[in-house]
Amino acid sequence: MSQLGLTAIFVVLTFGLYIGIAIWSRVNTTSGFYVAGQGIPSIFNGMATAADWMSAASFLSMAGLIALSRNGFDGAIYLLGWTGGYVLLALLLAPYLRKFGKFTVPEFIGDRYESNAARLVAAVCAIFVSFTYVAGQMRGVGIAFSRFLEIDIVWGVVIGMAIVATYATMGGMKGITWTQVAQYSVLIVAYIVPAIAIARTLTGNPVPQLAFMNVAGKLDQIQTDLGFGAYTSPFNTLSPLNVFLITMALMCGTAGLPHVIIRFYTARSVTGARWTGFWALVFIGLLYTTAPAIAAFAKYNMINTVSNVAYTDVPEWFKTWEGTGLLTFTDRNSDGVIQYIPGAENELRIDNDIMVLANPEIANLPAWIIALVVAGGLAAALSTASGLLLVVASSISHDIYKKFINPSASEANELLVARVAVIFAVIIAGLLGIYPPGFVGEVVAFAFGLAAASFFPAIVLGIFDKRTNRTGAVTGMIVGLVFTAFYIITTAPGIGIRWNPWLFGISPQGIGSVGMLINFVLTYVISRMTEEPSAQMQAFVEGIRYPKGAGSASAHD
Amino acid sequence: MKKGKLQEYWQRNISLTLGLLAVWFVVGYVLAIVFAPQLNNITFLGGPFGFWIAQNGAIYVFILLILIYCLRMNNLDKEYDVEG
Repeated sequence: MSQLGLTAIFVVLTFGLYIGIAIWSRVNTTSGFYVAGQGIPSIFNGMATAADWMSAASFLSMAGLIALSRNGFDGAIYLLGWTGGYVLLALLLAPYLRKFGKFTVPEFIGDRYESNAARLVAAVCAIFVSFTYVAGQMRGVGIAFSRFLEIDIVWGVVIGMAIVATYATMGGMKGITWTQVAQYSVLIVAYIVPAIAIARTLTGNPVPQLAFMNVAGKLDQIQTDLGFGAYTSPFNTLSPLNVFLITMALMCGTAGLPHVIIRFYTARSVTGARWTGFWALVFIGLLYTTAPAIAAFAKYNMINTVSNVAYTDVPEWFKTWEGTGLLTFTDRNSDGVIQYIPGAENELRIDNDIMVLANPEIANLPAWIIALVVAGGLAAALSTASGLLLVVASSISHDIYKKFINPSASEANELLVARVAVIFAVIIAGLLGIYPPGFVGEVVAFAFGLAAASFFPAIVLGIFDKRTNRTGAVTGMIVGLVFTAFYIITTAPGIGIRWNPWLFGISPQGIGSVGMLINFVLTYVISRMTEEPSAQMQAFVEGIRYPKGAGSASAHD
Repeated sequence: MKKGKLQEYWQRNISLTLGLLAVWFVVGYVLAIVFAPQLNNITFLGGPFGFWIAQNGAIYVFILLILIYCLRMNNLDKEYDVEG
């Protein structure tokens, strides 16, 4: 059977599965819609969290980012940053937010700091961060459809929108959670099967996590011969300070992103929330420990197959990917041979995004594995998109509509608004996927810094420091956010003013760590200079510290 | 439940959390980043050790830290009768 036919079968089968789950898990309460009725067992909740978390970027781009943009070692910023954040989530946030027992992150900020204004600002931030993030997912769906199913990118996005809208409006968080469990299963198999096949071919050892060290060692030699820095040497592309700060911004940003935090509200109990954190990192770790292996294998195979090879002798896949513009060969010295070297003389340019998709072709794996990888990429994009759309919808229906516009709304009425908000959010997300504004890619990278500098300190201090009050927290959040946004706008390539990084040469990707530190210090100091929170509020903080009595979330607040 | 007992529970929770976060920082930042160049002189699984910690080893430690936290906290909840 042709590659196209196989891919179509895999995609149709998995999409059918997702819709089937949606029909089976319909809900008709706000608790079911926002937090899946808090009835998800920890292991499945962890799996859903992992699918929610691992986006098209984790699945398709991360291995390429490690291997190419970061030349090996420095790619650790993503690996450490996007896993280490779960330690913070599990230890500092998850159990306490579950005990708090409401529906959204802005709700915690609003209740803890007794401020509707803070809740509104938090809701707007949550909507903004989620939209920038979701645009990339929809774009990923469109690209996968156009490259592998020969469907126009616009129709690819429309199909993706229709699928997500169906199961998100029918099942809300419950439908999304069970679909994400299925999507995790598809994406992890799709990620690991090719890695095992390649590990066995290259080293004889089928475990990618054991085999890749050997390959990385060989890559050091090959890259040094070509004039690149060694693959396993740190700080080839970033200073030590920037590796440190970017890792920290990604970790604390992970722990401050609303679509991740909201997953812990769906656990059955405080104990369940803790175990959700554990299982989430186990399932995420399975992909994240495989990613550096795929990075090393793909780069090794790629250099061995095309470096110093005559252009007329390149394999089939090379020509296919040239057609997409994601791989380009410019014969600068007109010798008809591909020179892959550092600097201006380099003749081969490879897009980060094709490493995972092209990897099975480069390694000559059978067509069904390529079809599986496409289905996996789509699962990663759709699962993340649905989690983000729910955050947007719940911020609109629960934090804005129910709280500010129509406080007397009945549960059925609020639920209808939530469903309409999902449809509305899907349409906006689709439009952003079809007409991507140039800055989306950059903004996603910076969403972490902004989340680290705003939400993370406000939530952590809100739990661990009873003395933190409204004045302190609101000042800290605003200054942290404004400082970080200002630095990003003035220094980030691709957005705004493009000054040189003016603070110790800190990369705009790492500045969120500095913004976070400023936020922590300001919140702590100003809280102590101003009035103590009310006795009632101190009792509220005391209450979320002890797991006992974590009932179900109340439908009306 | 007496107030003093609850405070003791919270104190033990804080010590456990701080202890685990200390390990998180030492592995994720001090070993994986700051001392990576030195650790790269050691060979592990056929490649440099510092590179392994940064790209694989630290993740295993992170998973282990959360596991220890879950087990210890669940015991603590039982001991102080605050399970929920």
